Amino acid sequence: MQQTSADKVFNPPTLSSREFKRDNPPPTEDYREKLFELEKAGELEVQRVPEPYVELETKYGRIKKIPYQMTWHHKSCGQCGHIPGYSTAIFWLNRKLGFDYHDPRDQTSCTAWNYYASSTSNSAAQAGIAVRNFSQAKIDGYFPVIHCGTSYGHYKETREQLLHYPVLRRQVRKIMDRLKMPFVFPEEIVHYSEWVHAMRDRIAEMQVLDLSNVTVTVHPACHYHKLVVEDAVYDRDLFDGQRTAVISGLVEALGARVGDYSTWHDCCGFGFRHILVSRDFSRSFATTRKIERMKEEVNPDVTLTHDTGCVTTLDKSQFAAQAHKRNVGIPVMSDAQFAALAMGAHPYIVCQLHWHGVDMKPLLEKMGIDHKKAWAEFEVQAERIKAGEIEYISWEEADA
Amino acid sequence: MSIYADAKYSEVPVETKQALFDEVKADMRYEHQLYGCYECGICVAACPSARFYDFSPRVFAQVMAREDVDTFYELLNDSVWDCSQCFSCTRCPRQNNPGAVITIMREVAVNHGLQSAKEALKSYSRIIYKIMSTGTQVAPDMLQPDFFPDWGPDVKQVSENLDVWRRCVPPETMHTTELAWDVSEKTRLELYMIWKLTGNLEMIEKIDEGIFMILEEVMEELLEENGYDIDDFENLLEEDEE
Repeated sequence: MQQTSADKVFNPPTLSSREFKRDNPPPTEDYREKLFELEKAGELEVQRVPEPYVELETKYGRIKKIPYQMTWHHKSCGQCGHIPGYSTAIFWLNRKLGFDYHDPRDQTSCTAWNYYASSTSNSAAQAGIAVRNFSQAKIDGYFPVIHCGTSYGHYKETREQLLHYPVLRRQVRKIMDRLKMPFVFPEEIVHYSEWVHAMRDRIAEMQVLDLSNVTVTVHPACHYHKLVVEDAVYDRDLFDGQRTAVISGLVEALGARVGDYSTWHDCCGFGFRHILVSRDFSRSFATTRKIERMKEEVNPDVTLTHDTGCVTTLDKSQFAAQAHKRNVGIPVMSDAQFAALAMGAHPYIVCQLHWHGVDMKPLLEKMGIDHKKAWAEFEVQAERIKAGEIEYISWEEADA
Repeated sequence: MSIYADAKYSEVPVETKQALFDEVKADMRYEHQLYGCYECGICVAACPSARFYDFSPRVFAQVMAREDVDTFYELLNDSVWDCSQCFSCTRCPRQNNPGAVITIMREVAVNHGLQSAKEALKSYSRIIYKIMSTGTQVAPDMLQPDFFPDWGPDVKQVSENLDVWRRCVPPETMHTTELAWDVSEKTRLELYMIWKLTGNLEMIEKIDEGIFMILEEVMEELLEENGYDIDDFENLLEEDEE
């Protein structure tokens, strides 16, 4: 038998022996240079990230600034409409960390859910809507933080178009003139999950629950890390810098376990139009490609994601799949809700978990949360509203 | 000539197909979405729609690059609405973006009021009404058991307790049932102006005349209340075309 010398045998590098290197220049442009050039030429105004800020590394190494506070919360239609504990948890985290923020009424949706579903719009309208929201943020004196993954992705696309097409800038200028508003664009487009990632050590300092026995799977949102990829946050110490660090970084900081699975990169199946009027597709994809893979390969206690559509699709698709005896049954929530629970937030008054489909009780028990007591407390408040004693649950009651 | 042996739409004049193709190609975004295709199939492997429909982002990239207007027309009518718009196909090693080409194709289909687009958006129209009139895409009162029967009994519970449960949400902007959050009248007015100035109502008219008429009435009313005439907001994009 022929002997093979050791030096001729190919040994793939182990994870620990691989060194993360970034020796090539980024394959994408630094959009900020163009943005500042346009500002210098008087075409638009760039809103700077307020100090102090945290510096995070992005996919190709550019440093991204994430503000601590003075944030203008660009809310999400699906979060506010159907998963209200999602937005509430983001605000609650800001309050607990003692940060100044603004929850505006002078904000519209980015309208991109509709655009990707129906294309009943065009670049000028989409850019006009983006710039109107950004200008309002500047007028209000706060820096925009985007709650929705699709808004974040679409605004990055809009930024690319505004930077490269003078005709679009002219159209938006005319729109803003008619609205009597300035043409403003922010220096960074910041997703709330980047803010959570930047704050993860502070969040962990205020953690009250032991999560060491909790296993999590992570679903990254397509419009966060696949659409204009260079803005997404990566960390060379997480997944060897090959996957976005948001959510996973938080889970590690909170002491829970991140379980890997083979379809991590897959979409959730939301489909924009499909989730509303063609759900057989969304449900099939979500259950067979995501939930069942997670269940078979990791069997997690919960799956965390950072976008409206992903929470909705992964959570709501599981009910009907049970009728087909599919291997489902994983609670789904956002990173913000998970972080808030870890810090002691009320599961129903703050995280509003009763709006979710999959049974959360086994997870809550594992996290050490008395869900029966918590639900009774929620019902007391609901009865007070019904009886006309109070109009609504105030932040003071939620903070208590 | 179409790549399909059983090609459809042979009765449609090639000039019609060519005109629609040219319109897609003339979109300012188009030239930055396609750079050639290796036929490697990475986009198909990453695509969720390819797993459940007769749909392939690779075919879109190939057909558009070859300027095959017959197959383009078939894709425009029979395939374009299957795309999930997730942009997983941007894993392309040539940096193609078939999903973005599809966005442009859909826009052209809507602008021409193609019957296939009307069919695809038939049950979706009420969402168009919601986003354009209120400024938020979905609302809590849409959580009705007859609309989401597959989402389980929680939907019924939410709809039965909607008013009280919304007031159990601490942020004051979210005590709404017909909107996702409370959008101010000033901001709604500004949104209506944007829709008018960019010709969006005209797009809706081509796809669903009923929704168009209701939308125009709602917008006209708010504009008038604030001292504006809806006809004062011309389509700025037409000015640019001239």
